[in-house]
Amino acid sequence: MDRRKFLKNAIWFIPAAGLFRRFLKDAYAKPGNGRYDPNHHLYGMGIDIDKCIGCGLCIEACKKENNVPKEPFFCRTWVERYVIRKDGSVTVESIEAQKGKPRAKPEETDILRSFFVPKLCNQCANPPCVQVCPVGATFPTEDGVVLVDSKRCIGCRYCIQACPYGARYLHPETRTADKCTFCYHRVVKGLLPACVEVCPTQARVFGDLKSMASRLVRFTRMNKIHVLKPHLNTEPKVYYADLDGEVR
Amino acid sequence: MEKMKGVLEKIPEQIRRLLIVIAVIITGVVTVRYFILPSSLTDRRFHRESTVQRETAKNIVFAGASVCGACHADQAAKKKIGYHKTLSCETCHGPAQVHIENPATKPTAPRGREFCVFCHAFDPSRPTGFPQINPVLHNPIKACVTCHHPHDPVPSETPRECSACHAQIASIKTVSPHALIGCTSCHTVPAKHKITPRSVKPTKPETREFCGKCHGKESDRKDAPKIDLATHGERFLCWECHYPHRPERM
Repeated sequence: MDRRKFLKNAIWFIPAAGLFRRFLKDAYAKPGNGRYDPNHHLYGMGIDIDKCIGCGLCIEACKKENNVPKEPFFCRTWVERYVIRKDGSVTVESIEAQKGKPRAKPEETDILRSFFVPKLCNQCANPPCVQVCPVGATFPTEDGVVLVDSKRCIGCRYCIQACPYGARYLHPETRTADKCTFCYHRVVKGLLPACVEVCPTQARVFGDLKSMASRLVRFTRMNKIHVLKPHLNTEPKVYYADLDGEVR
Repeated sequence: MEKMKGVLEKIPEQIRRLLIVIAVIITGVVTVRYFILPSSLTDRRFHRESTVQRETAKNIVFAGASVCGACHADQAAKKKIGYHKTLSCETCHGPAQVHIENPATKPTAPRGREFCVFCHAFDPSRPTGFPQINPVLHNPIKACVTCHHPHDPVPSETPRECSACHAQIASIKTVSPHALIGCTSCHTVPAKHKITPRSVKPTKPETREFCGKCHGKESDRKDAPKIDLATHGERFLCWECHYPHRPERM
């Protein structure tokens, strides 16, 4: 092969090889496209307090879905009943803790306001629990959920102390910290968290903050939104609509 | 340079040696941590990745609202237009992923009065306007599904015949063991009673034998407490001691 022929062939070969490589790349990229990419999501939950009827089905569903112990003491999510009386006194109680006992209902005559507030892990953007973990077992994922590595957790309870919302508990079987994960195993497959799934009045709204079409973004647009303990700068991703000033 | 040497000279010999040892230790730690140890050993991404994988691999228990309609189209269509349209099937029927994988395992279908009252029992903390009942007074003993279809619940038309006027008696009777016995079982009501209630009155039982039809020893009713008519308070009529609209439980 003389030099002239070699150069002539090279003129064709180089762009052809480039094209071929591109086809190959496309062919390999396709199966990857359907895969879940956490960088494209940021999960949050909206709670419409005016819709919550305090039926407690979310607590039960959460326990079934996530293997939470049945005792009322352990909860990934719970519902608080607020009773504000005419004399200004406020009582807060978890409806789960009352289960089985006859419900001590407040006398209707001296109630000023009363309502239910569902609570769960706020999946903070600045999570205090992550800061205090001495072994780095808890961490926020790219899609905004704070997870606990149960294999790395040493069960020291620092995070349980640090959480300003009381969202964590020590799982009595694994002896590690446990908390709401927004049902991470469900949401990455496109399902709703179990509590949102069973809520009969749609008081809980789940969605992706990065998608303008999600129900949560619409919810935050259509309602006046508060978060719990905003002065702590934890930047929670659980948004409450019509939150009463007494709720802490 | 001379000055520097002077400063060094001033430091005692043993401190100088100690400084050298400390410097060696520091360089050793730094080289091991940043140059010798592979970055994968200190990288948090790997254990985080494995946590995410473990979390993702967990079992799904609730199948989700969209799948049930594929097989149960009738119920889904009915529910879609009713007051329960916002409910997911699994709210009442319980987790159904097992049922999808193996249709032989049936999810639960609550039939009694215990389940519906989770949402519909009166509670002052519930939002105003949410349909609530007092489970003690609202047709006791009867299952909710006998009047309200759970897939398409409508506020049922209450039969208000006698209770329209005799509301007090009706509400006492609803909490009594006689709750399910209709007024007309004991009272014969002439049609004219509804037009001229004071002049045409319904009948009342007059004899001990009337109560004995259920409560007598010979009666074959299983659920009524039994007495011997011959020996049980033979000088008195039954309603002189027992109030028929709310007889005490035995």
